[in-house]
Amino acid sequence: MTDMQIECRNLWKIYGARAEQALKAVQEEGLTKDEVRDKYDCVLGVRDASFSVKKGEIFCIMGLSGSGKSTLVRHINRLIEPTAGEIHVAGQRVDTMDEARLRQLRAETIGMVFQHMALWPHRTLAENVAFGLEVRDVPLDKRRTAADAALASMDLTGWEDHYPDQLSGGMQQRVGLARALAADPDILLMDEPFSALDPLIRRQLQDQFLTLSQKVNKTTVFITHDLDEAIRMGDQIAIMNDGLIVQTGTPEEIVTNPKDAYVAEFVKGISRVSLVRAETIMHPLEGRSTTPKTVPLGSELGEIMDEFMGDQAPVTVVDPDGSAVGMISIADALRALRG
Amino acid sequence: MDFWNIFDKEWVPVGAWVETALQWVVDNFRFVFQAIKVPFDIVLTGLEDGLTGAPDLLMLLIIVLVAWQAGGRRLAAVSAASMIAIGLMGAWEESMVTLSIVLTCVIFCSLIGIPLGIMAARNDRFWTVLRPLLDLMQTIPSFVYLVPIVMLFSIGNVSGVIVTFIYALPPVVRLTNLGIRQVRADMVEAARAFGASRRQTLYKVELPLAMPTIMAGVNQTIMMALSMVVVASMISVTGLGQMVLRGIGRLDMGLATVGGLGIVFLAIVIDRVSQSFGTSARDRGHKKWYETGPVGALRSVLGRG
Repeated sequence: MTDMQIECRNLWKIYGARAEQALKAVQEEGLTKDEVRDKYDCVLGVRDASFSVKKGEIFCIMGLSGSGKSTLVRHINRLIEPTAGEIHVAGQRVDTMDEARLRQLRAETIGMVFQHMALWPHRTLAENVAFGLEVRDVPLDKRRTAADAALASMDLTGWEDHYPDQLSGGMQQRVGLARALAADPDILLMDEPFSALDPLIRRQLQDQFLTLSQKVNKTTVFITHDLDEAIRMGDQIAIMNDGLIVQTGTPEEIVTNPKDAYVAEFVKGISRVSLVRAETIMHPLEGRSTTPKTVPLGSELGEIMDEFMGDQAPVTVVDPDGSAVGMISIADALRALRG
Repeated sequence: MDFWNIFDKEWVPVGAWVETALQWVVDNFRFVFQAIKVPFDIVLTGLEDGLTGAPDLLMLLIIVLVAWQAGGRRLAAVSAASMIAIGLMGAWEESMVTLSIVLTCVIFCSLIGIPLGIMAARNDRFWTVLRPLLDLMQTIPSFVYLVPIVMLFSIGNVSGVIVTFIYALPPVVRLTNLGIRQVRADMVEAARAFGASRRQTLYKVELPLAMPTIMAGVNQTIMMALSMVVVASMISVTGLGQMVLRGIGRLDMGLATVGGLGIVFLAIVIDRVSQSFGTSARDRGHKKWYETGPVGALRSVLGRG
């Protein structure tokens, strides 16, 4: 294994009684989703998905509903059995794991957050949060300590003995996060965790999660149907359509270099101001003399545009040592802004 | 033979076949059915001895306390009034016999019906087999199986419990099945995602969430058991039903009315109490059962509330 925390190779999921036959046909003849449905009465959920997530990274899977993103993420802890392919998590092979080890993996290594919170209404918050420890027969006092700590990390101290229906939606999802964190897992799976919340609360929770994520250094797979959210949260983004991963890359790569028309359509409305960086749009000096205005390598497009506020002369890009490495004209900046 | 009236003759002697088959079962397997009777007999005898043997006022107190615990002071008052009315009419002894038959029936219906319902909820094929059976149990007029029951189990209160059991089992199975199936899929998925086994998921998530529906099934079972009381008295089951039957037989309107009113009052008490046990803690403002009713009062008196 490499330093990859999660690695999926050639993962397929086909639902239906004749899944095996359908799989063979798709692999050999390359049928589309509709053809599989008509010919084999099977639903193609995930199509030959391969991806890997580095330790500490936030990996966003973006796609519209029905694109297979929720199905794909449920393969990582095998809530859904793959039809074909390999899954490796934290150095262990998941797709061939036996039931007991799988349950241990789910309880200790992987935490999960759900779109509609899925808190159990008959349990107090502390009991909800400590569930993963409870099923592993951790003694009550230890469970309680872990639950209190997890709830505290989500600013929910004092609510331990309340019930989920006594909380607002945003608070409930913080409990969902606390529950995922309680067993201190290395990996978090988040299935559209903030989609059901109103925009302001969503923004707050995104920020809270990002801060937390930097602090605790968890590997996260984050599902969303919102590209803005994916760009905000993700170190890497995979875009899915009809069960297929269309493109994988950093937010900047996705936005500046969409691989096909489908991705391009998504990316169209995205603001590039904080995504495009100097090195992407600068041109080599090629003997031109430097200008007094300079920006360092790695500057965002927004910062570069600030330089053009006063006059429209080109800016020089300098590396950390202070030597000039390229030049950006106002036309370059405007072109980058337009995409 | 008159062609136009061919159905004057019995072509397929179903009746004779059934009779032969039943006789064969009675001759060869009666011991099996006598063995089935044993657990019913033990529970029924215990309950009946306890309920009729205890002093009337002690029983009244217990019933009122249970009602208070289950549904608060109002229910306690209603129960007290109903039970006192039964007592004043002179039907106390009979009502205790009927109560013990109903309770025995509920115990066995729950013991067998809830696991059946759980299995049905988890296995679609089992449910497709079970469903017509339950339909059959509910639709066959109970008079039809009184005869074979008497032949296999003989007469008396225990046979009465078995007749009632057959009639009253379906709702608890159906509603357990429904309750488990209605548990939100993501609640179950979340339990699995945090490492719960199937058994843990069942006990920690599915059953608690299905409990109000299951209790509605138990309540239905109780009401159906009560409605069998008069019919069961035809195989000489004692209690309130027998009062009604005897009243009909002797055209003694007074006796039949006392028996009938007794059944109504008993039904009110049992129905309300069992329904109150079914309301979920969420609907009671998240109070634990021991924080309310007489137990709660006692706890607060002792300074632990």
